[in-house]
Amino acid sequence: MSSVFTIAGYGFREAVRRKVFAVVVLLTAAFLALFWLANHYVFTRLSTISPPADVHVDTRTFAGAFLLGLAMFATLFLGVVLAVFLTLGVVTGDAERGLLQPLVVRPIGRSTLLLSRFLGAAAVCIVYVLAVYGIALAIIDLTGHWLPPSKVAPGLELAGGVVIVIALSILGSVVLSSTANGIAVFMLFGAGLTAGLLGTIGHALNSHSIEHASKVAAWALPFEALYQDGLRLISSDASGLTGFLLQLGPFGGAYVHGWGIRVWSAGYLCVALALALLAFSRRDL
Amino acid sequence: MAHALAVHALEKRYGSVEALKGVDLAVEEGELVGLLGPNGAGKSTLVKIAVGLVRATRGRAEVVGARAGSRAARAELGYLAELFRFPGWYTADEVLALHQRLTHSTGGAAERKRLLERVALADASDRRVDGMSKGMQQRLGIAQALIGSPRVLVLDEPTSALDPAGRRVVRVLLEELRSHGASVLLNSHLLSEIELVCDRVAILRAGEVVAAGSPAELSRPRGVELETDEGVRTVEGATREDAARLVAEAVAAGRRVYGVRVLTSTLEDTYLEAVGDEVS
Ligand SMILES: Nc1ncnc2c1ncn2[C@@H]1O[C@H](COP(=O)(O)OP(=O)(O)O)[C@@H](O)[C@H]1O
Ligand SMILES: [Mg+2]
Repeated sequence: MSSVFTIAGYGFREAVRRKVFAVVVLLTAAFLALFWLANHYVFTRLSTISPPADVHVDTRTFAGAFLLGLAMFATLFLGVVLAVFLTLGVVTGDAERGLLQPLVVRPIGRSTLLLSRFLGAAAVCIVYVLAVYGIALAIIDLTGHWLPPSKVAPGLELAGGVVIVIALSILGSVVLSSTANGIAVFMLFGAGLTAGLLGTIGHALNSHSIEHASKVAAWALPFEALYQDGLRLISSDASGLTGFLLQLGPFGGAYVHGWGIRVWSAGYLCVALALALLAFSRRDL
Repeated sequence: MAHALAVHALEKRYGSVEALKGVDLAVEEGELVGLLGPNGAGKSTLVKIAVGLVRATRGRAEVVGARAGSRAARAELGYLAELFRFPGWYTADEVLALHQRLTHSTGGAAERKRLLERVALADASDRRVDGMSKGMQQRLGIAQALIGSPRVLVLDEPTSALDPAGRRVVRVLLEELRSHGASVLLNSHLLSEIELVCDRVAILRAGEVVAAGSPAELSRPRGVELETDEGVRTVEGATREDAARLVAEAVAAGRRVYGVRVLTSTLEDTYLEAVGDEVS
């Protein structure tokens, strides 16, 4: 157990030194400042805004949910950036630099080592995502006096999505060099966004086959599905649900939702981690 | 009793490269064994299998009776990799503290201080790794391998980055370790070093052991060369003790003796003979 903390702390210190946190904190501060500004202007000019005709909610709810939807997307994106930078070189990258070998030969062993790196990154990212999501909520509450019906669960789902990305990034790091892995994980993330976008397009074109493709992609990349489920939660008691949801952000198809996808995501996470452990246990260093 | 370290019929393939082609080697308790060979002979591959970094394709490797790579085996080992790096932002003392935690060593600050002194880094304990020369980092790596006083020490080219003074520090350290009964497997291409400190030497070439024995056995006399009016003649197997008799015999036979030379082969000769003309 103490070894888990030792390795998690080692990873944390590496991230501090590589200025990962400095970059992410800077990006986050920039986003939150802009977000506050956007909220300020939207809510002081609320009377000039009218929701689309097919959305049957009051203007404040529409504006609040729309802005929170954007904030959730930004939080997911920043969380993924943090996750990728914390984990992209955990195995191959560190092995190529000769950092990993002295640690792996110690009694801690490969599985504990990899799980420690996962847990360390997950802890940092969960705290980060919840903090950014919480601040975004506070900004909307302060500037617009609006809060979604479900406040905590969407944040947890975003955090869950980022934790899945961490597992994928660690799995990738076993087989790919740092650069290749970083690119691969961002491409997966982009594919997830495309799935959400497809959902929006499918809805607009009323095409069931496109919607179906979007659903399949969301199940295959459940961090996107969790984000969509979170979007649904912030608007769960609004009427005109689907049309309303689709206005929340370009990347939220919102077809995939509910406990099915949450349980699936948990299983997906476990499988990704198990594959990473298996691949790592067989890898020559 | 179990060998400190043993490999049996060890084979390793990297794709189409056969790095090891069935190697047998054992390091007994308290023994210092040198593994010699040109670059690419498979030395690093062998020790990486022994410490569990690389999986053997076939054959067995054990550390104090435990399967190489198992937790029990790792607990007995200290290892210095050929190519390694410590995080640049750690101080020497912090690197050792990290490895103390990972080996559950209870030696504390006293152990760290003692180890840094042994590798001549006593003044560098607060120095950050990225401010250290390659040689200093290598000595720190050796100190790291000694954390927790492991029963078996595996050192892959521990002096490759060291200057003569640094090499001497390591040689003294190895002699000290041997006197304390540690078992050591030492990879090197520096013959003189191996010759000076090792109890036994194995020469590896293209994945096979081509010669093995004590340095004395491997640098045994090769005969006596006699130069007479008949020309130069080499008496194979003759030693220094035979030289006077050979001269007397030649003189008695009416030969004129111009010179006599006792031929001894150094470890270097044996090595070059064993590995051929391969350039390291
Ligand atoms: N990871 C690897 N992938 C492919 N080939 C390798 C790898 N590691 C070593 N080799 C090859 O295996 C052979 C033995 O290498 P190595 O054990 O490093 O030799 P040495 O330490 O004696 O110089 C060489 O031909 C080398 O190119
Ligand atoms: Mg080598």
